[in-house]
Amino acid sequence: MSGKPRLTYLNGRGRMEPIRWLLAAAGVEFEEVYLETKEQYDKLIKDGFLLFQQVPLVEIDGMKMVQTRAILSYIAGKYNLYGKDLKERALIDMYVEGIADLMQMILMFPFSPPDAKEKNLDSIKERATNRYFPVFEKILKQHGQDFLVGNKFSWADVQLMEAILAVEEKIPAVLSGFPQLQVFKTKMSNMPTIKKFLQPGSPRKPPPDAHYVETVLKVFKK
Amino acid sequence: MSGKPKLYYFDGRGKMESIRWLLAAAGVEFEEEFLETREQYEKLLQGGSLLFQQVPMVEIDGMRMVQTRAILSYIAGKYNLYGKDLKERALIDMYVGGTDDLMGFILMFPFLSAEDKEKQRAFIVQKATSRYFPVYEKVLKDHGQDFLVGNNFSWADVHLLEAILMVEEKKSDVLSGFPQLQAFKARISSIPTMKKFLEPGSQRKPVPDDKYVETVRRVLRMYYDLKAN
Repeated sequence: MSGKPRLTYLNGRGRMEPIRWLLAAAGVEFEEVYLETKEQYDKLIKDGFLLFQQVPLVEIDGMKMVQTRAILSYIAGKYNLYGKDLKERALIDMYVEGIADLMQMILMFPFSPPDAKEKNLDSIKERATNRYFPVFEKILKQHGQDFLVGNKFSWADVQLMEAILAVEEKIPAVLSGFPQLQVFKTKMSNMPTIKKFLQPGSPRKPPPDAHYVETVLKVFKK
Repeated sequence: MSGKPKLYYFDGRGKMESIRWLLAAAGVEFEEEFLETREQYEKLLQGGSLLFQQVPMVEIDGMRMVQTRAILSYIAGKYNLYGKDLKERALIDMYVGGTDDLMGFILMFPFLSAEDKEKQRAFIVQKATSRYFPVYEKVLKDHGQDFLVGNNFSWADVHLLEAILMVEEKKSDVLSGFPQLQAFKARISSIPTMKKFLEPGSQRKPVPDDKYVETVRRVLRMYYDLKAN
């Protein structure tokens, strides 16, 4: 056993991607096991690895952690990306939860029927530009600092960076009304651990394609 | 200003109920402002109190907190219901994640069409008895302690009790295969703050009715039915 965290999920973004981002941002190397067949998944359940019969699963520090938020909170806490006190943690939690709501729309997008895709894309664009991005644009403008919370790099910054890039993949000019976010994106891209994660060959996964959707449906078929 | 936390939501359970439970468990008195009209909601929006234009919103310690999970984590942390270290917090977060998923199926229930309601009721009971309750039954059996984590009352216990009672409202004998959970339910219900919250006249809200659904739809302009799982 290497001592590195071990991630079990499909070979694609899904609910594991924010975890990959956060570990990478913290400079933590990790291993991955990819679910490709229903049999593999059923075996994991049968062997008692998955507390609620679901992935993501992250084996870390002797624990078999499930529940995306629980895993992210643990990593953030362990690697000092969770603010300095309860109030900073509250801000970080609010921000990541809001971003998670936006990311949920993107997560579900590949699984929507073809005739709903255009409507869903419009919803993503509407929410990003009217509900979520303006909030973070304002925060950065008001305090003028590089990072969202406490003048220090945190989980909130990583999550926002991931969301910006994910939305841009769908709507390339989405940041055009958000100068602070453009600057933020550049700054984050230049942070050594994030820069590394954004380079080819990193554990970062590509946008979901038809093969990924197929695999999800196959592995989790009831 | 009273210094008490103030909750902004509809006069009903929804996403605010878990917050009411946790404040009550911690013995914290709180005030509530109930959204009844679209105008009230728009006033809150225009006033900039809702970070992502949504409720629940809780005014607490000088903050206007939104996002249910963030609010619950803050309260748990502040009132020592979040374990003693990072690993206990991880367990609590995992357990709460499970009960949250379970209660999520129930949360959408009043907004389903009549035929989807029957389908969803069966789904809730099936998930409760095959995926969620067995986990907590085993946790309690394995360590033989009164509480889920660290031999200490925590957010995880409050959330599980809330979930148990909500599922029982859908099927009253749902705990029949779970002796540990039956004992757990009795134990946690008799903790003084929990006992008080379970008595009539407390701020606990009743099972959502048509009036509640109507209010939510009207205030949020949410006139479509949700889809069952």
